[in-house]
Amino acid sequence: MSRHHVTATVNGEPAEFLCDSQNSLLDALRNELRLTGTKEGCGSGDCGACSVIVDGRLVCSCLMLAVEAEGKTIQTIEGLADGDRLHPLQRKFLEHAALQCGFCTPGFLVAAKALLDHNPDPTETEARFWLAGNLCRCTGYDKIIRAVMDAAAEMRQEAAA
Amino acid sequence: MNFVVNKSDLKVVGSRPVRPDGVDKVTGRAQFGADMALPGMLIGRIKRSPHPHARIVSIDTSKALALPGVKAVVTAADFPDIASEEAFVGEGPMNFRDLSRNCMARDKVLYEGHAVAAVAAISDAAAEAALDAIAVEYEVLPHVIDAEAAMAADAPLLHADLFTAGMEPKPTAPSNVAKRVHFGLGDIAAGFAAAEVVVEGRYTTQAVHQAYIEPHACIASANADGQSVIYGSSQGHFMVRAYVAKLLGMDMSNIRVVPLEIGGGFGGKTVVYLEPLALQLSRKTGRPVKMVMTREEVFRATGPTSGGTVEVKIGAKKDGTITAAQARLVFQAGAYGGSPVGAAAMCAFACYDVANVDVEGFDVVSNRPKVAAYRAPGAPIAAFAVEGAMDDLARKLDMDPIALREKNGAKAGTKAAYGPTFPDIGFLQVLAAAKAHPHYSAPLGPNQGRGVAVGFWFNIGGESSASVFVNEDGTVNVVSGSPDIGGSRASMAMMAAEVLGVPVESVRPIVADTAAIGFTGVTGGSRVTYATGMATVQAAEKVVEQLKQRAALIWDISPDAVDWKDGEAVPAGANAGGFDPLPLAAIALKAAKTGGPITAEVSINAQGAGPGFGAHICDVEVDPETGYTTILRYTAVQDVGRAIHPSYVEGQIQGGAVQGIGWALNEEYVYDGKGMLQNPGFLDYRVPVASDLPMIEPVLVEVPNKRHPFGVRGVGEVPIVPPMGAVGNAIRAAIGQRMHDLPMSPPRIRAALSK
Repeated sequence: MSRHHVTATVNGEPAEFLCDSQNSLLDALRNELRLTGTKEGCGSGDCGACSVIVDGRLVCSCLMLAVEAEGKTIQTIEGLADGDRLHPLQRKFLEHAALQCGFCTPGFLVAAKALLDHNPDPTETEARFWLAGNLCRCTGYDKIIRAVMDAAAEMRQEAAA
Repeated sequence: MNFVVNKSDLKVVGSRPVRPDGVDKVTGRAQFGADMALPGMLIGRIKRSPHPHARIVSIDTSKALALPGVKAVVTAADFPDIASEEAFVGEGPMNFRDLSRNCMARDKVLYEGHAVAAVAAISDAAAEAALDAIAVEYEVLPHVIDAEAAMAADAPLLHADLFTAGMEPKPTAPSNVAKRVHFGLGDIAAGFAAAEVVVEGRYTTQAVHQAYIEPHACIASANADGQSVIYGSSQGHFMVRAYVAKLLGMDMSNIRVVPLEIGGGFGGKTVVYLEPLALQLSRKTGRPVKMVMTREEVFRATGPTSGGTVEVKIGAKKDGTITAAQARLVFQAGAYGGSPVGAAAMCAFACYDVANVDVEGFDVVSNRPKVAAYRAPGAPIAAFAVEGAMDDLARKLDMDPIALREKNGAKAGTKAAYGPTFPDIGFLQVLAAAKAHPHYSAPLGPNQGRGVAVGFWFNIGGESSASVFVNEDGTVNVVSGSPDIGGSRASMAMMAAEVLGVPVESVRPIVADTAAIGFTGVTGGSRVTYATGMATVQAAEKVVEQLKQRAALIWDISPDAVDWKDGEAVPAGANAGGFDPLPLAAIALKAAKTGGPITAEVSINAQGAGPGFGAHICDVEVDPETGYTTILRYTAVQDVGRAIHPSYVEGQIQGGAVQGIGWALNEEYVYDGKGMLQNPGFLDYRVPVASDLPMIEPVLVEVPNKRHPFGVRGVGEVPIVPPMGAVGNAIRAAIGQRMHDLPMSPPRIRAALSK
């Protein structure tokens, strides 16, 4: 069985990998590209730990076939920071202690980025419903929501300045 | 070091620095259990039982082994047949034989999902094909899921050699009751005779899973000379080493376990499932073997905690003084004995000063996965019943629920029914803070209700090791043996920095592997910041002593004439001489000339962990049409001793409260009549999500524990104890009916409302 050759843009750089027909994008990111920041928590699209942004859309990479990535632009947690400059969401997660074990954190950050890309000024309720697809078992979400709201406020201020 | 009385004397402890492992975790660089790969690595997978109870007649692995890419298959025949022996390695009782058979079924399978074989192959697909090709012939046996049904005389018997422990005389026939616990205080009959008001109720809870987001994962790599390395995430790499050594008959020195980042555990990773299989497959193939569970496997074959039935009866005088308290607890153990019924029994009335107490508990096996520790194991189940009864009692007496608890609250000197006399504890302070909180007197609207409940957990100390190294440039590394599950590395660095008098950013902590630091028990029992923290503080103190000696050498004065202040050696007084202060970095620079490296390692068995108490206030609104419960407001008050890093203490409280809310409202293991788990996934096993919840307000009460240099009490477990009671009592207030059965889901509440 020959494998498929896929070419995509991952975190702003050209990337190519081989995959089987049944492989998910998550498999390809983790096993072929060794981008292990994207996590597998369920493999069924219920936990959001594998969240990535594909052509501007937030998706669970465990529910997308790797071959579907052909020609797509993919953003993962590894591409969130600008070199050694953390994204405001990353900084706020640290300042607010919005992570404990840290396993769900990449998925939350990617999902929160997608939220702020779409809606720079979400209400707390909007943020809670947007992030309802991401499970965190450690924090009770309180500090995560505060971090996202604080990052949004800071980004709005910077955009206005 | 003397106990630090004044908080204002502390510079680092109590502040909120960014955690040292934080950047790795927000950038995706942190390596968790499944993130590693080794050259030549094989993939291991497990063949699992499709029956809840069956005899294994035969296992034919020949077709699987003949498949391309399949390198090895192991079954129970490839593991030593371990004799029955109690082990106290993880959190709570465990029997080595049971553990061995839970990891790999021998003779019988005892639950759906029980491992019967494991394969190692060159790819996931090859391993998957191998699983399909393994032929297992079963003789299906009658099964029993419910614990009370399993206690019946004619129930299907799981173990022919299980005789109830704790019975006098010893039973002559085997049963599914692994153990009976019973203890009391005073005269229970006289206590009820003296009561003017009695409340009672029968409460049930369902099995719930710890539901850490990271599935179990490891890589094991065995060498031809017997030396092996296991990389993985767990709540204790020394625990992994001890269990694997025992289960495989290996020397501990030949097993090095390297802790990777752990993606949540909550008690569920204080045992092994994969590691012995992965190492055995590696020994057979001579190649590293990686094993990662699917979420479905996590639900079917790991954790959960017990479902339980609790009958509770409380008697009191009209002024609210409790005269008698009685409980009978029946807990599911899963396939092998070892539910947390003992801890639950001890915690049941621990918040209260009651003269006459009687508690009886039963540990019952049935065809469910073997339970594992889950955050304050057992205590929330008992508290759901006791706090419901206390709420009923307050209503019957027309008393404020907090006032009722204050009247009977445990304090320093109270003799707990389970044995000890409490030292300085903060329960009354917690109640006072709850009563004074604006939440408690805020107005409520229609269909809304407020509930209060309290909770207790022992907290433990135990064996821990830590090292402090001063580097040549005056920076510091702190090494410990405690896996960091929620920010403990930050606490270790902060405590060392406080003792050394240096900025916390100059102290970098790591968690070392089993060959690089002394033995350290599991991250469990809310013990790490207490016990490993104490070891860290003592190691830092030893380093300070050395720094003073080095300064004395440099100054050519007696070490007694040197003080350590704010990270510098200073002359102790005018008589010592007029020397300029010597900062840590200056002393470190001269270390080679003054005696060599400045380091200390401390191993202790920490005693005196302070008991923890919490009180939660919960507001709900219940939709009378759908029976759906919305949590409107939630406040969690807790005596934390002293918060080293308050943000992570708050996080423990918030997270524990929300797990309890899930337990109260949504979560449950659902079985069909055939003994099959119906909801082994996050879609149907619903943990709370962000949109289910309001902010959770933590209130930190600090009644320092004098046994710890900074006053630490464990904080991680208490917060899951009160929520089910608090939510239940709030629903009672909102709908006028007591919900005795968890989860208090919309169908149950609708049924209650339509009665």
